[in-house]
Amino acid sequence: MFQFINTLLIGVTAGSIYSLMAIAIVLVWRSTRVVNFAAGGLALASSFVGAAILEKSGSFWIALPVAMLAGAVFSAFIEYFFLRPLLNRSGEKNQEIFLPIIATLGLLGIIKAVLNFIYGDRIGVIPPPLSDKGFIVSGESIALSPLRILILGIVLLLMIVLTIVFQRTNLGLSLRAASFAPEISRLAGIRVDLIRTAGWAISGAAGATAGILQTTNGSGSIAPESFEFSLLLVFGFVAAVIGGIESLVGAVLGGLTLGIILAIILMYVGGSLVFFAAFLILILVLLVRPQGIIGVKGGRRA
Amino acid sequence: MLKIENLTVDHGAIRALHGVTFNIEKGQLAAVIGANGAGKTTLLRTLSGLNKASEGAAHWGEHNILHAKPESLVRHGISHVSEGKSVIPELTVADNLDLGALWRRNRKEAAKSKQDVVDLFPRLGERLSQRADSLSGGERQMLAIGRSIMSKPELLLLDEPSLGLAPLVIEQIFQAIRELTTAMGLTVLLVEQNAMGALKIADIGIVLNLGSIAATGSAAALRDDPAVRAAYLGF
Amino acid sequence: MHNRQITNRHRFIGFALIALVVYILSNIVDEWRSYQGATVAVYVVAIASVILLTGYSGQISLGHGALLAVGAYSAALTQIYLHAPVWICFVIAVLTTALFGAILGTAAARLSGPYLAGTTLALAVGLPSIANQFSIFGGEQGISFDAGWPPLSFGENFTQYKWFFWIGSLAALIAMWWVQNILRSRYGRSWRAVKSNEVAAELAGINIGRSKVLAFTISSGIAGLAGALLAMTMNNVSPSAFPLALSFSIATGAILSGVNTLGGVMIGSVALVAIPEIASSIADRWSGSENLATLLPEFIVSALLILTVFLAPKGPIEKLRSRHSK
Ligand SMILES: Nc1ncnc2c1ncn2[C@@H]1O[C@H](COP(=O)(O)OP(=O)(O)O)[C@@H](O)[C@H]1O
Ligand SMILES: [Mg+2]
Repeated sequence: MFQFINTLLIGVTAGSIYSLMAIAIVLVWRSTRVVNFAAGGLALASSFVGAAILEKSGSFWIALPVAMLAGAVFSAFIEYFFLRPLLNRSGEKNQEIFLPIIATLGLLGIIKAVLNFIYGDRIGVIPPPLSDKGFIVSGESIALSPLRILILGIVLLLMIVLTIVFQRTNLGLSLRAASFAPEISRLAGIRVDLIRTAGWAISGAAGATAGILQTTNGSGSIAPESFEFSLLLVFGFVAAVIGGIESLVGAVLGGLTLGIILAIILMYVGGSLVFFAAFLILILVLLVRPQGIIGVKGGRRA
Repeated sequence: MLKIENLTVDHGAIRALHGVTFNIEKGQLAAVIGANGAGKTTLLRTLSGLNKASEGAAHWGEHNILHAKPESLVRHGISHVSEGKSVIPELTVADNLDLGALWRRNRKEAAKSKQDVVDLFPRLGERLSQRADSLSGGERQMLAIGRSIMSKPELLLLDEPSLGLAPLVIEQIFQAIRELTTAMGLTVLLVEQNAMGALKIADIGIVLNLGSIAATGSAAALRDDPAVRAAYLGF
Repeated sequence: MHNRQITNRHRFIGFALIALVVYILSNIVDEWRSYQGATVAVYVVAIASVILLTGYSGQISLGHGALLAVGAYSAALTQIYLHAPVWICFVIAVLTTALFGAILGTAAARLSGPYLAGTTLALAVGLPSIANQFSIFGGEQGISFDAGWPPLSFGENFTQYKWFFWIGSLAALIAMWWVQNILRSRYGRSWRAVKSNEVAAELAGINIGRSKVLAFTISSGIAGLAGALLAMTMNNVSPSAFPLALSFSIATGAILSGVNTLGGVMIGSVALVAIPEIASSIADRWSGSENLATLLPEFIVSALLILTVFLAPKGPIEKLRSRHSK
């Protein structure tokens, strides 16, 4: 029982980080119908920025917002200079999602190569800002530590902020409208191009947070070829698809589902099956609901 | 005044409009009628900046409206209700309406526009918090026009608002459109296949055939023109 | 536009010419180049299978590396447990992977866009790692696959890699011949119809689900062949031979070749093999820094990818063709 609760705690923490990455993927998908593999590279790059700021300032609380800002700027930059011309060229039909996917894969490669060039063998370090020693409950150490509480708190806070932005602000209304019906939105006076860039920027900030949290929750260090980031990208994407790729709530549910089930498998079945389990979970969900947990029926059209 | 000269529009190899020329005075309600595929939608989409013109000119007052983007034309008073109940079903009625006024700085005036819409279509006022996909076809059309009014337009471009609606509802919608010109002073370019209904409320009529203008004149004259009657009014 | 029909005879002559070029090349190049030649053949087959699936049937796959893995393990297990001759191993690899693809395709036929991309991506990450769980697959070390020495009658100077080059090229030629025939058959036409407009295709009486599953099955079979060939060139099959990067490379190769034109398949294959070598020689000449040598190939491939997507989204061949016809 004790072990099971610990497993759940580990799963929820990991899953909440996947949720953030899934949100980053969903935001870009909703605003431009692009599956953004560059999100992994952006998270990595922003985490390096975070590590550099942390080294200079010594404060996690300065490093995190700066990294988020950097993520937003990087992401907006990519949208503006690469994806927008590409999508304009391929026209409004935009049936071919393969081409943008490949373009973002290319961007991922370039980001990693640039980071490799800058950092080489050096690594970025983001040690846990709070203790990662579990609390002691009736003589035993549980998997809940101040660090885990902090991570869950940050993720929760971000989700609340995102919900408020999306549901209560003009920016949020514009973001939702532009993703559902870009043409009608333009006719209503929304500057859809600008709103798309904003969607990418928010996605970049979410991805940066996911990157920083993944690093402190894991080994505490990042390298340009970091396996943890490939993992974050793949699991974030799988979580987004499980959730229905269109829905922020779905992204959160998908991330938590994935995190918890994978933690259970890791604990009780064996580490080498974790990746295959992710595939099985995805295909089982999609067999029951081809449009994901919270997907819309028509969502398959794009 | 809306002044269109020699407007020519291509969809790839297909020429949808061939040198269309006509004028509409401020405050007029003009009906563009024509069969399916005549180029009516293309005309409106070009005027609102969604399609590119190949040749010709179009001016709204002093303002050259070709080569401008839809989102900036809205800011110059041109609002387009596109074909097929142009609302966003996933959003609530209130959100659909608010969308049209997001760009307006003056929130007080935007709130007044909303009041105007609710006065014009009381049924929308009762359903503000419902999602738009729960509305009937007629209500959706009202919402689409309402969203347009939220942008405080001077020139309203309406694409087949009667499409797929019951006769009684069509009557209501046409009444409301007439009111927009008479009571609120808008200029309206109304595109319709329902030629009889449109010509009944319009001041002037423009008959489009295979991308060219076949006839223009006062709506009453067109209604009485035997050739127009035979071709478009069905009797 | 020129109206000259390309007939089967022209195609046959083309294939024979390629075979002749391979024959001549294999006699003048050294061991290392022969190995590269064999690798090009592997990529030709793998990329052809992606082009068939994505370019013609319109289904995205980011997970072809996993299908190669199925083929490679099938070939090796057939050899180890059935002691079958190599060509039987290849045939079994094709059939097993096709069967696997049929099952996967049945699930995938209902999916499209990001859902299919996500599923195939998860497969690429997940499938090879199973090998670590079951001892029959030999864990991290993997299991061996030995395509055998060239026949003695070919002479003493006939090297191992030259032999692989021959086998690979022959397999690639057969596969390409077969694929281009399929693409021009009834099935190929139905795939294109479904890709361009599902509703219209359904109205025309095409069973969309069956058409997609068939494409997935055939593409998988071909990928299985590529996997077996890959196992041959490496003498071994292990999970580390099928990283996510392999799947991405194959997708990259397909884009560089032009994902809608089978004829460009050589371009992507040669690029994938040549770029790392060119990059490392540049890095050597330039600074000799090890860091640069490791990052330059990735940088060049990625930059090429982005350039292709922007400048020749339909692939280099279509680009030349459209320029030619202007
Ligand atoms: N996006 C498009 N691509 C190609 N042809 C089009 C497109 N839109 C309209 N057309 C063609 O242009 C002509 C006019 O169409 P449209 O303006 O929609 O007519 P209407 O609204 O009067 O029915 C038709 O022949 C139609 O087939
Ligand atoms: Mg029309």
